[in-house]
Amino acid sequence: MNSPTARPLATEPDSPDRASDDTAPPRQPRRPLAAPPIAALVQRKPGDEAPKTAMPDVKADVRHVNFFYGKFQALHDISVPLYDRRVTAFIGPSGCGKSTLLRILNRIYELYPGQTATGEVILDGENILMPGLDLNRLRAKIGMVFQKPTPFPMAIYDNIAFGIRLYEKVSKSELDDRVESALRRAALWDEVKDKLRDSGLSLSGGQQQRLCIARAIAIEPEVLLLDEPASALDPISTQRIEELIAELKADYCIAMVTHNMQQAARSSDYTAFLYLGELVEFDETETIFTHPRVRRTEDYITGRFG
Amino acid sequence: MIPLYARRRLTNRIIIGLSIAATGFGLLWLVMVLGTLLINGASAIGPALFAQMTPPPGSSGGLLNAIAGSVVMTGIATLIGTPTGILAGTFLAEYARGSQFGELVRFINDILLSAPSIIIGLFVYEAMVVRMGHFSAWAGAVALAIIMVPVIVRTTEDMLRLVPSALREAAAALGAPKWKVVVMVTYRAALQGMVTGVLLAIARISGETAPLLFTALNNQFWSTDLNRPMANLPVVIFQFAMSPYADWQVLAWGGALLITVSILVLNITARILAAWSSFKS
Repeated sequence: MNSPTARPLATEPDSPDRASDDTAPPRQPRRPLAAPPIAALVQRKPGDEAPKTAMPDVKADVRHVNFFYGKFQALHDISVPLYDRRVTAFIGPSGCGKSTLLRILNRIYELYPGQTATGEVILDGENILMPGLDLNRLRAKIGMVFQKPTPFPMAIYDNIAFGIRLYEKVSKSELDDRVESALRRAALWDEVKDKLRDSGLSLSGGQQQRLCIARAIAIEPEVLLLDEPASALDPISTQRIEELIAELKADYCIAMVTHNMQQAARSSDYTAFLYLGELVEFDETETIFTHPRVRRTEDYITGRFG
Repeated sequence: MIPLYARRRLTNRIIIGLSIAATGFGLLWLVMVLGTLLINGASAIGPALFAQMTPPPGSSGGLLNAIAGSVVMTGIATLIGTPTGILAGTFLAEYARGSQFGELVRFINDILLSAPSIIIGLFVYEAMVVRMGHFSAWAGAVALAIIMVPVIVRTTEDMLRLVPSALREAAAALGAPKWKVVVMVTYRAALQGMVTGVLLAIARISGETAPLLFTALNNQFWSTDLNRPMANLPVVIFQFAMSPYADWQVLAWGGALLITVSILVLNITARILAAWSSFKS
């Protein structure tokens, strides 16, 4: 987080990080970093300055987490904080483990045999990787939205009500209110209010994804995991999802995996760059996209590989 | 360029021609079978067919007791076979993925699926008829259920496996326990395929003769006693078609047409249900 101003990267002697980067071609003196298009996207809003001095609370703290698909180790000693009411983006090339990391946070990987995680993830003072933890309770606190929209094959209304009914016995009118408010917060209400009894599958891709977000927030989780939430959507729908993320940030701790660097720059407050299962760099998004400390991060965000 | 293109067009035409010829060859026999059945069976269809019992040779009659027997035994078989098959298919698709025991069960189910139905009939004969000391409708229904189960297990498993795992993950990520994920999400997504599987299994058993020959046998009279032999369409058709009596043979044609039309109706119902459920959800 201590970013020296305007570091002359090209002339700086190689740090240990760089020395290890023996696969990279010989370097010529480079232009100052931070290709303007991406750096310019980094959010700058009034009020953004305050949280930088007063650090936000850590909602979930990933500590020394390793992950194995059978014998293959997909994540190596990952430690990263997820701040409350902030968006943390996970970027990195395919197969770097960013989705895997997300799937650890609600332990959804346990649906499949042979997948194991070690280390700790502290959520509200409790290690959620602890054996014997009530997974359903954990997942009620941590909502997840997937890359491809996954509406259930039932009515729009029932898609939202499904999660609510799992935890609460509510009256019809209260359920109606909850469904409406979830759809409103997901900016979908106006489009579906007259066809709540239609199948969720009848919606467009972007609407389906917002339905999934509405479904996730209807049970009032504390953390939202978004696994490439817009990668299957067209630019207009993507924009709506990003606007939605910006609004939801006020209430949730959001962790988002994305392949889209612009999206990470636009939508996130913090960015973690993963490469081959290791956390290369974690910092405020602005820093990552303007003054990354590690050369590999810089190479990735400037499009030299990945 | 041009000769190459001409050759490709020619190859394309030959392949299209062969495909059409093969389709025609297959359809030809089907049309002949259905045509013969319709021509010979139509004359037997009438109120008497549904109102009277199977007659002794030389007198007029119908197939009422055989129709009723088939409906009763197929119904009981469906009541036994459907839950068993769906639960076993669910076990294979949802709970035993990648487990050795699951592989074993799947392998045995596949053997059962292709087992000749006469073997099933003989098995039930030994297991039930011999022990009870007489043929019975119960034995017939059990034999049909045993034929039905592997079909339903297979279609249920296949249909559940077609449901994307992302959908299960999405439901589990909301904190739904596994059984709720299966019952409320996966089943719904696979519903039309599963219903179609059950209906096709019913269609499959409604024409089975061999297992009933050893179990329910036949009964010339009206009977609703499940502990006694019971008339049924396939065995009556078998017996009447083999007989030298012209009026029995006509009834056999009528019964054959009836079974074929019933299976057609089942298939159409399956399609309508499928269309309806996909419309509704």
